[in-house]
Amino acid sequence: MGNYIKDRKVDEDDWMPFTGLEEDASLPSGNIYVPLDEWLKTRDHLLARNDRLGVALKNTDDPALLEKDLDRLDLIVLEFPKMADGRAFTQARILRERLGFKGEIRATGDVLQDQLFYMQRCGINAFEIRDDQDIPSSLKAFDEMTVTYQPASDEKFPIWRRES
Amino acid sequence: MYQYSEQDHQLLLERVEQFRGQVERRLNGQLSEEEFKHQRLRNGVYLQLHAYMLRVAIPYGLLSSEQMRTLAHVARKYDKGYGHFSTRQNIQYNWPKLKDVPDILDDLAKVEMHAIQTSGNCIRNTTSDPLAGVSRDELEDPRPYCELIRQWSTFHPEFNFLPRKFKIAVSGATHDRAAVAIHDIGLRLIANEDGETGFEVHVGGGLGRTPMIGKVIRSFLSKEHMLTYLEAILRVYNKLGRRDNIYKARIKILVHETGEEEFRKLVEDEWEKIKESGLGLRDQDIDWIKGFFKDPDYEDLPDSDADYENLLLSNPEFARWADKNIELHKQSGYRIVYLSLKTAHQPPGDVTADQMDAIADLADRYSLGQIRTTHRQNLVLSDVKVQDLPALWEELKLLELATPNYNHVTDIISCPGLDYCALATARSIPISQAITERFDSYDFINDLGDLSINISGCINACGHHHVANIGILGVNKKGIEVYQMTLGGSAREDASIGKIIGPAFTADEIVGAVGDVLSVYLDKREDPEEPFLTTYRRIGEAPFKEKLYG
Ligand code: SF4
Repeated sequence: MGNYIKDRKVDEDDWMPFTGLEEDASLPSGNIYVPLDEWLKTRDHLLARNDRLGVALKNTDDPALLEKDLDRLDLIVLEFPKMADGRAFTQARILRERLGFKGEIRATGDVLQDQLFYMQRCGINAFEIRDDQDIPSSLKAFDEMTVTYQPASDEKFPIWRRES
Repeated sequence: MYQYSEQDHQLLLERVEQFRGQVERRLNGQLSEEEFKHQRLRNGVYLQLHAYMLRVAIPYGLLSSEQMRTLAHVARKYDKGYGHFSTRQNIQYNWPKLKDVPDILDDLAKVEMHAIQTSGNCIRNTTSDPLAGVSRDELEDPRPYCELIRQWSTFHPEFNFLPRKFKIAVSGATHDRAAVAIHDIGLRLIANEDGETGFEVHVGGGLGRTPMIGKVIRSFLSKEHMLTYLEAILRVYNKLGRRDNIYKARIKILVHETGEEEFRKLVEDEWEKIKESGLGLRDQDIDWIKGFFKDPDYEDLPDSDADYENLLLSNPEFARWADKNIELHKQSGYRIVYLSLKTAHQPPGDVTADQMDAIADLADRYSLGQIRTTHRQNLVLSDVKVQDLPALWEELKLLELATPNYNHVTDIISCPGLDYCALATARSIPISQAITERFDSYDFINDLGDLSINISGCINACGHHHVANIGILGVNKKGIEVYQMTLGGSAREDASIGKIIGPAFTADEIVGAVGDVLSVYLDKREDPEEPFLTTYRRIGEAPFKEKLYG
């Protein structure tokens, strides 16, 4: 796990990944997130707890499978297994723009300074930055570019339709 | 021509600063070459055989004279005094130093130029018809749509890490001079039964290892939906395109493996959900962008000129040039002029800094200050008055830009090949020069008529050999460079992929083999008006095979 940035600030990560819940096992406490396939199987069980819940998606998962659950979830974890694998950008936009998810969307994996700008535009607001990345310059990377042409999670309209 | 807003300028400056930081981090070791690669590739910087290569974007092939002068300045100050125009209407510099690249980008930004997304697995520079806005066969000018696509695709946050590179071409004329069928997406402006213009949408064309002609996945798309539809296609591709094998990662493979019907359904389903979004184009948006591409104030001129007509009769050299390198213009009294970058002593597409400066001056004096680059690696002055043609010709001759060969046998497309390219398996420029030398007689060129020869130095097919009438692919067989020949390809509205004719030829044999193919054609054509491709399609490959291997 790397350094954690949320809403453009270095933050404490109070979430734990969790897997392997058995039907009759005792429930873990604290804020946990589980892989999508486990969520789909143990959803009701997990919802009986009082602590907060999250789901981790593989970048081949369809976020629409969570459509009905989104108001019960506080975190969705996306994966960037390699920097060059950009599938989770699409998942993030679907979650924010189409499914209206309001909670934390977190990027994990090969999360590097130079992608933060794009990730944030797609609605990702939390980042497990890879260990070797420089934190101060990562924080600056969000504002390295201020001009955006196209609509995304942060802009409804393309540049030519704004403020006119 | 599109004029940058303050925000467009701002974006370029920010991008230069960002890249400067990335280069610094690379030079002081904070960024590994592997990670820097993803950054530099999104800014047109390749690591080649001898040096870094910088590819500068020329959006849809349109340049002002001021921009051309800056390209000359870059060639002179940071390179070895020349640049190379590519088949994608861009320009490449083969010798910049990495530490200089941010400064080059600074100089380019001053004239609204950049290297954004000229490489890497993202949406590349959109290409178009080099005769956009001036040709007689045009339904509608494609450039406003290219510019909208440029803006939409620049730093698109969702589509900057695609499975593979992504190329879009737009054409608005009956004759396809933008090769829409061999692009990841090709848009052709057409009219529907009600007379409304919109787009025919081709998806999944491309060359490389698995050449394919694009499939029409929508026969008519209203203009208001252009960007939402593109976004839907890209989204399906980003989600489902293969990432396990670089050779199967282009959208053509996805379309092929998914099946045309199913792929269409995936796109249409996604599109249904976003077609009413803020990305839709309103009439006023289209009017706004079209405002940048209005016709210039053409003078009211007769379509002929006495001096010009006299020179045609009295000077055969001028008449040849006029016959080959001039095209009719939609406006009476004007002509479109091709500047041939194909001579026997310069690699195809190469232009020296001095030539660039001179071309910029010619554009200012004779062609409303603009220059276009073409898919076949030539340049165009698009708005020359008929009365100026003789004077222009004299000057072009001095610059060695008046070879009368446009779309003829010596107008060869060639990739850089083993002379520059790190991926090459064979030389391509020397082959193109040998062919040019061999057939460099005007009478022969003229007699052969409309003909294309393209050469690639490896299977990546940057020289588009598959879609040439005669294609040549250099491969390395057991340490020897040999050349495979394909016949019957076309990149135009009748697009087709050429077929391999038989075993490969050595470097010494290939020029003779081309000669053999041409002699079969001359022998078999029905009349001198029948072009090579028509003859080939009529008689098939057998007579050619017989001559080559019989
Ligand atoms: S076809 Fe091959 S040799 Fe030629 S430029 Fe492309 S990658 Fe290089």
